[in-house]
Amino acid sequence: MAKKGSGQNQAEENYLNESRRNFFKQSSLLTALAVTPPAFLKAAEEGLDEKAAGYFEKMPLAIQINGVNHDLSVEPRTTLLDLIREQLALPGTKKGCDHGQCGACTVHVNGNRVLSCLTLAVTAEGKKVTTIEGLADGEKLHPMQEAFIKYDGFQCGYCTPGQIMSGIACIREGHANSDDEIREYMSGNICRCGAYPNIVKAIADVKKGGQTL
Amino acid sequence: MINFDYVRVSTIKAAVDAIVKDNNSLWLAGGTNLVDLMKKGVMTPQKLVDINNLPLKEIKKEGNKLIIGALALNSTVADNELVRKEQPLLALAVQAGASAQLRNMATVGGNMMQRTRCPYFYNTDMPCNKREPGTGCGALKGFNRMHAIFTDTEKCIAVHPSDMSVGLVALDATVLLSGPRGDRRIPFQNFHRLPGNLPQKDNTLERGELIVAVEIPENKLNKHVHYLKVRDRTSYAFALVSAAVAVDLEGSTIKDIRLALGGVAHKPWRLTEVENFLKGKAATEVNYKQAAALAIRGAKGFGLNNFKLKLAPNTLVEALKTATGKS
Repeated sequence: MAKKGSGQNQAEENYLNESRRNFFKQSSLLTALAVTPPAFLKAAEEGLDEKAAGYFEKMPLAIQINGVNHDLSVEPRTTLLDLIREQLALPGTKKGCDHGQCGACTVHVNGNRVLSCLTLAVTAEGKKVTTIEGLADGEKLHPMQEAFIKYDGFQCGYCTPGQIMSGIACIREGHANSDDEIREYMSGNICRCGAYPNIVKAIADVKKGGQTL
Repeated sequence: MINFDYVRVSTIKAAVDAIVKDNNSLWLAGGTNLVDLMKKGVMTPQKLVDINNLPLKEIKKEGNKLIIGALALNSTVADNELVRKEQPLLALAVQAGASAQLRNMATVGGNMMQRTRCPYFYNTDMPCNKREPGTGCGALKGFNRMHAIFTDTEKCIAVHPSDMSVGLVALDATVLLSGPRGDRRIPFQNFHRLPGNLPQKDNTLERGELIVAVEIPENKLNKHVHYLKVRDRTSYAFALVSAAVAVDLEGSTIKDIRLALGGVAHKPWRLTEVENFLKGKAATEVNYKQAAALAIRGAKGFGLNNFKLKLAPNTLVEALKTATGKS
């Protein structure tokens, strides 16, 4: 592990990360090529984008993400999570288990918290999605983000975007009236670092603050 | 996930027609179970018919019946004033299931249609008579800690995972269906089935029959209720055993009572015989223990789930004590 503050090591670490990324890019491209039907490749070669897109029967999708309207084209099997992370390059929403068991992928759809890993993107047609990237007002953090920092509501931080999205909804739903109630209604967000006590404190504090979230 | 076709429908008729026309199609509501099963390759429909735009979300009172639309969200049901006032047992049961995020997605109809969480059903490398009839039951001599203690066959010892359904079966609900041959009503108790010779069939629906609503008759069982769910962690886990209890008490006499267990069978397990035993008796722990002994008659463990033979009656006694304030 590179030590923090060591310029040489830091550069090395960056380089390694970079090559890892390139390797993944290349290898997933190769995998994609290997499983792509020849007709699709031919169409792509000839620059027939429309025909190529039609091969996988993509569907039009009008969706608003963090206040921005998008007119997209997606395969029906694309989950909202993959759409947000891969197609729209918003990696704040995390892929934990990808099976609805951890809550890392929690986003708001029309103001309600849902699991984006079990939501097919096409079913969010015409809906408004908010991700962790959509909470801050410019440089000003959302009160829940502030509270997570104030109370140290995380260690590794991987579950944090989901915890924060869920915490906001927990208060909005009116289910943050006691520590026990917060624990029960936050049970869909797993934290393997075990930051639960501080997560509860952060949510209870925001609730006490009484702001409209 | 394999790719598939996707269409949206906005009428019940269009929904039914789309499924009848195409044998490899399935309805999509909340998707919380189906999308997961498709990711795992356990279910591989070629077409999904999205029914979320159907007008089936309403919760209303009609005469002396509470009618809950099949597309009402689990979270809506659990927080609904009418449900909480008139059928609090249902609110408690729904509330005990899944997480807040999942309850915001999952519908009433979808909750009834969810598949078992048996790991052998979920793992396509394993034998499973439910997923692939004729391959055997991996759980019978395998990891069967979560499995049934009441069953009519050794072909499948999976349990139905729904908490909501345990509440609904106790409350004498009726399921309203619409299908290619018209409308039909099924007592909730006959909706799910025991595996018998057809473990692949979870319920008694015919192809193309859509759940439109569930209907709960008015009762006087809303004062003393409890849903006790025993699981490996306090929240967000499937039941090892659960007990739904609703009692009409007159002084300390049980005037009327409804009882059901979850996590013990291929269907939510109504305890009619035990109810009859307790009717007219005093609400005492002694009577509850006798009732629990009656409830467990005919049960059988398969090894790792033998503990349920004690846990189930104990859960029932505790739920009865809490519901009637005898704890």
